[in-house]
Amino acid sequence: MEYFVQQLVNGLTLGSIYGLIAIGYTMVYGIIGMINFAHGDIFMLGGFAALIVFLVLTSVFVGLPVVLLLLVMIAAAMLTASLWNWTIEKMAYRPLRGSFRLAPLITAIGMSIALSNFIQVTQGPRNKPIPPLVSSVYNVFGISISLKQLIIMLLTVILLTTFWYIVNKTSLGRAQRATEQDRKMAALLGIDVDRTISVTFIMGASLAAVAGTMYLMYYGVTVFTDGFIPGVKAFTAAVLGGIGSLPGAVLGGLLIGLIESLWSAYFTIDYKDVATFSILAIVLIFKPSGILGRPEVEKV
Amino acid sequence: MSDTLLSVQGVQTYYGNIRALAGVDVEVKKGEIVSLIGANGAGKSTLMMTICGSPQARTGTVTFDGEDITRLPTHLIARRRIAQSPEGRRIFPRMTVYENLQMGASLDNLKYFNEDVEKIFTLFPRLKERQGQRGGTLSGGEQQMLSIGRALMARPKLLLLDEPSLGLAPLIVKGIFDAIKKLNQNEGLTVFLVEQNAFAALKLSDRAYVMVNGQVTMSGSGKELLANPEVRAAYLEGGRH
Repeated sequence: MEYFVQQLVNGLTLGSIYGLIAIGYTMVYGIIGMINFAHGDIFMLGGFAALIVFLVLTSVFVGLPVVLLLLVMIAAAMLTASLWNWTIEKMAYRPLRGSFRLAPLITAIGMSIALSNFIQVTQGPRNKPIPPLVSSVYNVFGISISLKQLIIMLLTVILLTTFWYIVNKTSLGRAQRATEQDRKMAALLGIDVDRTISVTFIMGASLAAVAGTMYLMYYGVTVFTDGFIPGVKAFTAAVLGGIGSLPGAVLGGLLIGLIESLWSAYFTIDYKDVATFSILAIVLIFKPSGILGRPEVEKV
Repeated sequence: MSDTLLSVQGVQTYYGNIRALAGVDVEVKKGEIVSLIGANGAGKSTLMMTICGSPQARTGTVTFDGEDITRLPTHLIARRRIAQSPEGRRIFPRMTVYENLQMGASLDNLKYFNEDVEKIFTLFPRLKERQGQRGGTLSGGEQQMLSIGRALMARPKLLLLDEPSLGLAPLIVKGIFDAIKKLNQNEGLTVFLVEQNAFAALKLSDRAYVMVNGQVTMSGSGKELLANPEVRAAYLEGGRH
């Protein structure tokens, strides 16, 4: 029982990270109907930005409080990732917006490769370690929960609440949803569609950057290929939860995190990805639009 | 003339290589109700959308309140206070009626929202009943009301209505036309509308244009056109019950 709960905690931590990345996929898909395959690499890039800031800060100032250090790392990661994602949208996707659907998709794959190669060339191809930032571990009823895990879960909850609020209750969120549902009409009502799309890319990148920083802190290492596997997992999470749906993305993320850690705990770890993708396939057979996704048919 | 609000001059609009508007001249003065009648495919809706810059005119100019808006992006044209209830209504299907109205008021960031939304609810009590319902689940007529209400929420200087009577019961059409008249008389709202229901439109309007194959072929006061035998033959008799 304790072992099971322990795995549950581990799964939820991992799932939180996937969920944070998945939101970026799902929002961008919602608003312009394309999968931003470079999103996983934006996540990785965020991790690198955090790492660089960490190295600079700890070598210049000795004995900075960890909280401050983490906050600055997150802020820097968000800023860098947002700037990159904003630029990519503006330069690579926007000119292709009126063209056929596959064109931006292929461009996104290209951007993904370009980004990971860029990091490989500028930062080197080896694993980059980071010393443990927070190492406290608490024992609750025989289950060990690390402070890292608590931070990750807490941060996820805070960010999701904020995001949910922005999308559902603010005029910015309304503009985003309007742009998603009918771009032309949104423009007729005075919404700057280009700006709204840019903001969506920035929001997605910010969350991915937080996830990147958390991933770095959790595993203590990052490498230029790190965008790929977590990116694919988060994409899977978005599809599983129902692409285009914000709560779906989080739910999908948590599910995939749980499936992975429970499978690895009770069966062989080598097949954890097989388990994840099998469940995706099964869900899609019975619910093609994902768990919380909406069916395509809509009365207009 | 200084009291000209909207002036369309020599506008040609293309969809790809197909010319939808072949040099259109239209003028709307402040405080007028002007209608545009014509058969399906004459280019009426295209003209409405061209005024809003989507698509933009290939040649010619669109002037609003003395400013050339031909090459402005759509959202900036909307910010000059041109509101449109477009063809097909274009309600946001996954937003509630209330949110759809909020979208209409986004130019002023909801500053006058509470005050204005009451007016809309008085105009269309049906919308008040349905305010929490998603736009996509409304009936055609309700969507039409919502579309007009949303356009009015923007506090427009010029209201463009594309077939406000489409899909509505005659009684509701009368209600909408009365409402337009009232807004025009009491608040000086300028209205430019496209209608298939030529009889009602001509009765309502100060002036009207007749459009055929992307060109304006006739214009005059509502009364003149109502009496014109050609107009009667083409758009009124047989169409009116």
